[in-house]
Amino acid sequence: MNRGLLTALAIARKDLQTELRTKESINASASFALVILVLFSFAFDLGREELYAIAGGLLWLVFSFAGALIVNRSFARELPNDCLDVLIASPAPAWSIFLGKSVAAFFLLFIVELISLPVFGLFYNIHWTQNFPGLLLVMALATWGITVVGTAFSAVTVNIRLRELMLPVLLYPILIPLLIGAMGTTTALLQGEPMFGPGATGEAFASLRLLIGFDVIYTSLALYMIEFILIV
Amino acid sequence: MREKAIYILAILAALVMIPNLKTVFMGLPDEAMQGAIYRIIFIHVPAAINAQVFFTVSLVTSILFLVKKNFLWDSISVSCIEVGTMLVVVNLVTGSIWGRNQWGIWWAWDLRMTSQLMCFLLYLGYLLVRPAIAEPTQRATLSAFVAIFAYADIPLVLMAIRLPNVRTQHPGPVLETGTMAPEFRAPFGLGVLAVFLICTALILIRQHQETAQREIDSLRRELHSI
Repeated sequence: MNRGLLTALAIARKDLQTELRTKESINASASFALVILVLFSFAFDLGREELYAIAGGLLWLVFSFAGALIVNRSFARELPNDCLDVLIASPAPAWSIFLGKSVAAFFLLFIVELISLPVFGLFYNIHWTQNFPGLLLVMALATWGITVVGTAFSAVTVNIRLRELMLPVLLYPILIPLLIGAMGTTTALLQGEPMFGPGATGEAFASLRLLIGFDVIYTSLALYMIEFILIV
Repeated sequence: MREKAIYILAILAALVMIPNLKTVFMGLPDEAMQGAIYRIIFIHVPAAINAQVFFTVSLVTSILFLVKKNFLWDSISVSCIEVGTMLVVVNLVTGSIWGRNQWGIWWAWDLRMTSQLMCFLLYLGYLLVRPAIAEPTQRATLSAFVAIFAYADIPLVLMAIRLPNVRTQHPGPVLETGTMAPEFRAPFGLGVLAVFLICTALILIRQHQETAQREIDSLRRELHSI
């Protein structure tokens, strides 16, 4: 296998191992997601139909809030003991450091999503198990989008003042098209509309193309440009 | 040289804009359906067009900075984005006033409006993150990165808000099928030109300030190190 990819895998493994030992960001992120889910119940008092109509939107707001907490730690984790400088000085190319960190953040956020989804279904009485494979596909695509852009911006903000404040200000506007797509598809899937085959209106599929486009554009842009960001 | 260019641009802008405003306010008749309020279009649309032009310039200069590492490109990028963001605000505010008058509401989540608002938020992030970075090379590099990411988002936003599940309220003629009466075309084109000239002068002034600021900062750092 390509050397850079192997390095990326090693970095992803290192990040996941550190995180699963300390569980600092995954615990914080999962609890934050739960708190937001509970807060929504005070914000709205909706009937069953209305709730299904906004379910995708609620879910992705929770996921994107949780995602910002996770990617914020991606590079900040390396700051104590000057680990970041060592990583950059190591022979690993910048793109594999970035790719490794994105993959690790992807798995962490995916775990948080898999925890919050059943809780969401339970609290709001939503049947999320129908169309579950389609839902998993949307979650994978959109989560990758959030983590790849999030990790890139976490590299931008790691060395600047007000890091925790700047990351969401930069991240969320960029994520808007992705979130529009993910929210639309998720709502359609939760309402019981299949993504493919008979009965599909094409709404879920149209958003899926947007998610794929977003992922491809930002993954390639970030992999290409990360060199400039890490080495300044 | 620079001062001369700024003065010439400003004088040209005045020469274009003042007679044009006279035509717009005194010469042109009221529009059949909307009355006098339609005149907003002679500011509203030029602001939007010029904002896109300056954002595109900032994309090019951001890439040039990353390739050449020359601070000239960085100072042009930031000036273009500041002026472009201001133009987007002008565009949003005038559009909102028109909407209140014609639709009875200040804001509708229509596709053009949404995309313009996203554009504003993206570049607002750029303008917020810039002052948070102290070291000039780092500031310029990270800003260029943010500018490129922000620009890449614009086509995606346009694609996203055209999805079937997004409502739209902009009248179709504005976006696709409509044409403008012939006597409106010249004032409209001159409006675009006038805004372009004024904003280019503003960009030159801001670019000069940006360069001076960086020089002052580096002198200050030198002084501290002594």
